[in-house]
Amino acid sequence: MIEQAAPFTPQITASPIAGILWLIPAVPMVAAGVIALLKQPRRAPAAALAIGSLAFSLLVSLVAFGHVVAGWANHVAVRETVNFTWIQFGNTPVDLGWVLDPLSAVMMVMVSFVGLLIFIYSVGYMAHDENFTRFFCFLALFAGAMLGVVIANSLLLLFMCWELVGLTSYLLIGFWYQKPSAAAAAKKAFVTTRVGDIFFLLGIVWLFNDTGTLLFYNHGLGSMEGFALAGLLAHHAAFGLTAAGAIGLLIFAGAAGKSGQFPLHVWLPDAMEGPTPVSALIHAATMVAAGVYLVARVYPLMSAGMPLIKTGEVTGTTAALTVVTWIGAATAVFAALIAIAQNDIKRILAYSTVSQLGYMMAGLGLGGVAVGMFHLITHAFFKALLFMGAGSVIHGCHEEQDIRHMGGLKADMPLTFATYAIGMLALCGFPLFSGFWSKDGILEAAHSGAIQGPYYLLVFGALLTAFYMTRQVSYVFFGYWRGHHPAHESPRVMTVPLAILAFFAIALGAIGTPAWPWFRAFLEGHAAPFSWQGFAEPGLGLLMVTSSLVVFLGIGLGIWLYGNKSPKAEDPDVLEKASPWLWAGLRDRLYVDEFYGMTVIAFYYWWARVADWFDRRIWGGIVALITWLFGLWAHLNRLIDVYFVNGGFDKTCEEISTSGGLLARAQNGRVQIYLRILAVGVVVLAAILFWSSRP
Amino acid sequence: MVVASPLAAYLLVAALLFAIGLAGALTRRNAILVLIGIELMLNAANLNFIAFWRYGPHPEALTGMMFAIFSIAVAAAEAAVGLGLVISIYRHARTTDLDQMNRMKG
Amino acid sequence: MSFAFYLIVALTLAGGLAAVLLRNTVHCALALTVAFAGLALLFLGLDAQFAGFAQILVYIGAVAILVVFAILLTRSSEAEQEGVFSKSWLVGLVIAAGVFAVLGWAVLASARALPWQAAAPIVTVRDIGNVLVGRYVLPLEIVALLLTAATIGAVIVALHEKERTR
Repeated sequence: MIEQAAPFTPQITASPIAGILWLIPAVPMVAAGVIALLKQPRRAPAAALAIGSLAFSLLVSLVAFGHVVAGWANHVAVRETVNFTWIQFGNTPVDLGWVLDPLSAVMMVMVSFVGLLIFIYSVGYMAHDENFTRFFCFLALFAGAMLGVVIANSLLLLFMCWELVGLTSYLLIGFWYQKPSAAAAAKKAFVTTRVGDIFFLLGIVWLFNDTGTLLFYNHGLGSMEGFALAGLLAHHAAFGLTAAGAIGLLIFAGAAGKSGQFPLHVWLPDAMEGPTPVSALIHAATMVAAGVYLVARVYPLMSAGMPLIKTGEVTGTTAALTVVTWIGAATAVFAALIAIAQNDIKRILAYSTVSQLGYMMAGLGLGGVAVGMFHLITHAFFKALLFMGAGSVIHGCHEEQDIRHMGGLKADMPLTFATYAIGMLALCGFPLFSGFWSKDGILEAAHSGAIQGPYYLLVFGALLTAFYMTRQVSYVFFGYWRGHHPAHESPRVMTVPLAILAFFAIALGAIGTPAWPWFRAFLEGHAAPFSWQGFAEPGLGLLMVTSSLVVFLGIGLGIWLYGNKSPKAEDPDVLEKASPWLWAGLRDRLYVDEFYGMTVIAFYYWWARVADWFDRRIWGGIVALITWLFGLWAHLNRLIDVYFVNGGFDKTCEEISTSGGLLARAQNGRVQIYLRILAVGVVVLAAILFWSSRP
Repeated sequence: MVVASPLAAYLLVAALLFAIGLAGALTRRNAILVLIGIELMLNAANLNFIAFWRYGPHPEALTGMMFAIFSIAVAAAEAAVGLGLVISIYRHARTTDLDQMNRMKG
Repeated sequence: MSFAFYLIVALTLAGGLAAVLLRNTVHCALALTVAFAGLALLFLGLDAQFAGFAQILVYIGAVAILVVFAILLTRSSEAEQEGVFSKSWLVGLVIAAGVFAVLGWAVLASARALPWQAAAPIVTVRDIGNVLVGRYVLPLEIVALLLTAATIGAVIVALHEKERTR
C-alpha cells in the first residue's frame, strides 16, 4: 500500500533543544508549587501562572516538534536522548533520561496544546468556585506530570510521572470532596488504577532483572533496542510467550488500568464526578491516552519476535499483541453498548472514551504505533471538544447533567451546538472528519489482519458509536426544552477554545489520509509522497464505503428512534419498550460493578474480617501479654526506685545542702575581707615557696 | 641601707609601694580610695617590669617594656570600669562606704 | 645610687603614703598624682622614656583626673563622721606589713643572684612601634578591643541607673 522507502539515517546525538526538554514538565510543576503557596483568593495570578507555564511548555514543545519535523524533512530519523545516572546500587546504575523522537514530539505538542485550551476554558468554567487556586494548582501539576510521562526515556521515570498523574487524577476527581460520590469516585479511580500499576511495576522489575537497564533508548544499549530484545526473546515464559511478550503484557496491564480497558474500566465513568474541564483534560484527552502512549513506547518489546515489520506494513503478530488487540476490540464494543443506555451527558462521553481507547489499543495491536497514535491524537482533540461542549451545556443548563431534562438547545446555544456537532461527527467517523481517517486506519489494519474477529467487533462498535452519539445529540440539542430555567450560551472564554478544537477536529485528518500518510511516515521515519494512488489500494475503497455506510446507518437509526421526539424524563426509553430486560442490563453497566462487588470486594471484606479476627484474638493476646510483662517489670523498678535510689539521693542532697550552708557563711560580701584573705594567701604561698626552695 | 645592686633597690622601692597600696586598699572605707590603693599596687608591678627589663640580660627584646605598656593600657580600662561601677553603686545606694556594700553575701 | 634617685624615691613613697592616709579624699587624689609623677621619673631614670611618658599621659592625664571626677560626683556630707578607716584597720595594716616583709625578704635573699646589666639599652620609639605592630600585634589588637569594650561598658554602667529614674 505504501511503496518501499529507504529508512532514514538515524540521529542520536542530543541537540540543544533536546537538552532543555526537561523544562517542559518542570515549568508547570514549579508553577503548581508556586500556586500552592498563593493565598486562596488570589485567582488571577494562579490562573495566569498555570496558563503561562503551560504556554511556555507548548512553545518549547513546538520548537522541539519543529526540530524533529525539520530532521524528518532532511531524511533524518531524530531520536535524541539525554540520560544520566540517578542512583547507583553497587555496580548497577539506575539511569533516568528523556527522549526526543517523533512519538514524544507529537504527544507533547498534543498534551500541551489541548491542555492549554482546557486551562483557558477552566477560567470560565470554574469562575464561581471558591477553590479556584487549588484547582489550577492541581491542573498545572497534572500537566507537568503528564508531560513528564511523555518525554521520559526511562521506564522508571515514566513510572514516577505516571504515579504522579494518578495522584493528580485522584485529587481532581475528588475536587468537590464534599460530595460523597466524588470522594468515592476518586478512591475508586485510585484503587482501580493501582491494580494495573502493580502489574506494571512487576513488569519493570522483570525488565530490569533481565536487561539491567530501564532506559528505552541508549545508543543501542537501551531496553527497547536490538541487543536487549534479543536477550529477552531467548527466554520463554509460560503459555508460549517470550519474556519480552510477558513483560509487555504486564506493562499493558498498567496501561489498561490507566486507559480504562476492560476489565479495569470501571473507574473511568465514575470519574465524571470531577469538574468538567478535568473530565476533558484527564479522562478524555491526555491521561487515559497515557496508557496508549505507554503501549506505543514499549511497542518494540511487544512486537519483538514478529516475523518482520516492513516499513509501514505489518506482516505478522505476536501473542502479546494479539492479547492487546482482543482486549481493545472487546472494550470498544462493550463500552459502546453501555453508552447507549446512559442518561448522564458526561457518562455517555465517558463510556465513549473507554470505547475509543479500545479502538486505539486494537489499532496498536493490529497496525502498529502509527495507527493507534493517530487515533489517539485525533481523539484527544474531538473528545476534549465534546467534553468541553458538554461542560458548556451543563454550565448553560444550570448544572443539569441528565439529557432527558434538556432539549432544543440548538437555538439557545448556537455556538456550542455547532462545535458539539462537529465533535460528534468526528467521533462517529463521519466521512472527511478527522475521526473518519483515524478510525479507518484501524479498521483497515484489522481487515488485513490474520483473524477477522476484531474487525467485525470494531465495525459493530463503529455502528454503536454513531447510534449513541446521535441519541445524545437528539436529546440535548433537538426537540423542545424540558428543563426548568431557560438555558443560556456560555461566555467567550469557554466558546473560543471550543471553536479552536472544532477546527482541529475537522482538519487534523488531513495529515493521515491514505493519499498523504504524513503522520505514519513521520512516526516511522520515511518519506511521505503525496499521491492520489493511496486511495487505489486494493480493498481500501470497499472498506471506506463500508465504514461510511455503517456510520450513516448508525446515525440514521438514531434519528429514526430519537430525532425530534423530545421524550419526557418519566417515559421509558424507546429501546426500553422494545426490550426492557436488555435495556436494564445496559443501563446498569452490564453489572460489572456488581460483579466486582460480589467477588473482589466481598473477598476483600471477608479477608478484612479474617485479619480483624487475627488482630483481636492472636496478635492482641500477644500484645496484651507483653504489656502485662512490662507492667510487672515497671512495678519492680518502682520498688527499687522508692526504697534504694530515692533514699540515697535524698541523703546526698541533704549533705550537699548542709555543706553549702557552711560555705555560704564565708561569703559575707565584704570585699576588703576577701582582699585581706588574698593577701594572707600571697604571704603564705611566698613563704612556702622560699622555704621549700632553700638549698 | 646598703644594697647589692641598683635592681634590688628598685625592687625594694616597688615592694614598699605595693605594701602601701595594699594597706590603703585594706584599711580605707571609701571605695574610691580602695581603687587608688589598687592603682598604686599596679604601678609598683610596672616598676618591677621596667626595672627587670633595664637590668635583665636581653633588653633589646623589649619584653618587660611591652608588658609594662600593655599593663598601663589595661589599667586605664580597669580604672574606667571600676570608677564607673563606683558611680553606679553610689547612685543606687547613696554611699561609697564599702562596709555598707555587702548585699552580695552568700 | 645617686642622690636624685633617693629624692625621687622619697617623693614617690611620700605621695603614695599621703594618698592612702589623708582624710580629705580630694587631697588623696592629688597625692596620688604626685606618686604617679614620681614613678614616671623613675621610669625615665631607668632609660624607659616611652613608658615614662606613657605613664604621665595615662595616669596623670587620665586616671588621676577620672579619680577626681569620681570623688566629686560621689561626695556626700555625712561620709566623714564614722572615720575614714575601717574598724579593723589594724588587721589590714599587719597583713600589708607581712606582704612587704615577704617581698623584701625575697629581694634581699636573692640580691646576689640578680642580673647586673650596666650598659643602658638604646631603644627608640621606632623600635617600640615596630615591635608593637610586629611581634605584639595580636595583644595590641586585643587591647584595642578591650579599651573599646571598657569605654562602652563604663558609659553603660554609669548611665543605666539615670535612665531608669528618668
